[in-house]
Amino acid sequence: MQDYLDLIAVFGRLGLLAVGGVLPVLPDMQRAAVDVHHWVTASEFTTLFALAQSAPGPNMMVVTLLGARVAGVGGGVVASVAFILPPCVLVFVIGRIWQRLRGRAWLGDVQTGLTAVTVGLVAAAGYLLVRTAGDDATALAGIGAATVIFLRTKLHPLWVLAMGAALGAAGLV
Amino acid sequence: MTRPAPSLAALFGSFFVVGISGFGFVLPWARRMIVEQRQWLDAEGFNDLLSLCQLVPGPNMINMCTVLGDRFRGPLGSLAAVTGLISGPMVLVMTLGVLLARASGIPMVAHAFHGLGAAAAGLVVATTVKIARPLLLPRAGTARNWLSIVVALLAFIAIGLLRLPLLWCLAALAPLSVGLQLARARL
Repeated sequence: MQDYLDLIAVFGRLGLLAVGGVLPVLPDMQRAAVDVHHWVTASEFTTLFALAQSAPGPNMMVVTLLGARVAGVGGGVVASVAFILPPCVLVFVIGRIWQRLRGRAWLGDVQTGLTAVTVGLVAAAGYLLVRTAGDDATALAGIGAATVIFLRTKLHPLWVLAMGAALGAAGLV
Repeated sequence: MTRPAPSLAALFGSFFVVGISGFGFVLPWARRMIVEQRQWLDAEGFNDLLSLCQLVPGPNMINMCTVLGDRFRGPLGSLAAVTGLISGPMVLVMTLGVLLARASGIPMVAHAFHGLGAAAAGLVVATTVKIARPLLLPRAGTARNWLSIVVALLAFIAIGLLRLPLLWCLAALAPLSVGLQLARARL
């Protein structure tokens, strides 16, 4: 029961802070899961995030994985619902008055202001992952190569993730 | 709306397929299903819905399911669309999670995840570059928005380097950033 309450406390708060998606809250999620509650180690957190990226579905699946790690299937469901319910209610309400809001000039400025924050937060998430996943020179080289491939080619991200796993299994990354 | 409102089962089923199709990037699949296959919205309606979903906190795709489900079938429509989207992936990742926990003692599996972690980190770095590029290198004819660049830097320093709590950073930075952009547009 305590596990469920902890999951609700952590993920219920993070959902409303997810300005621009899941990546911006990743650093805070890591702090809660690793430093505060000791659910996983920093490298396990990165592994769960990588697993969530490699599986179908929205990238919020890292929330489901963390919940399941803490309290089984029930934990996975509780964490996911806690994470999405508050933003769902908010967007539900705004969705109903959207007809009156949309097209207003100030909405564009609000979006520009929020996007700036999102960019900084996603950069922080990237920095955090580089620090935990890039624990040696070859791993750093792998991160650099993956970044370039993602930016320069139209290759499906899944192939790049699969290549990373294959190179890792072969002991090369 | 170009077609009669879809049933709850159609909402659940269509978003279920979208959920298990997209790997980390569900949006292109959602667009294809909503605009091209089912024709629930035209391209313009989809972009309008997307701008709403990006404005409000929370995973964009979950937001989209909530609003689209509500437009067609009310709150139950939202529920059908959201559960449709996430139920398949949830079952799948939890199964993978259990398998991973069992296999994590095998050195080769641990090494594979080391490599996978590096690729996933690269994915997030690449995402950062993609969304930062319009700030740093605006299209020809548009002025560089220095306020955005300063706010993004502040957010990175606060969360990435100082590891301050996100709640307080957002409570301070989001209103500041929005206020500055509103002021910039009116001066």
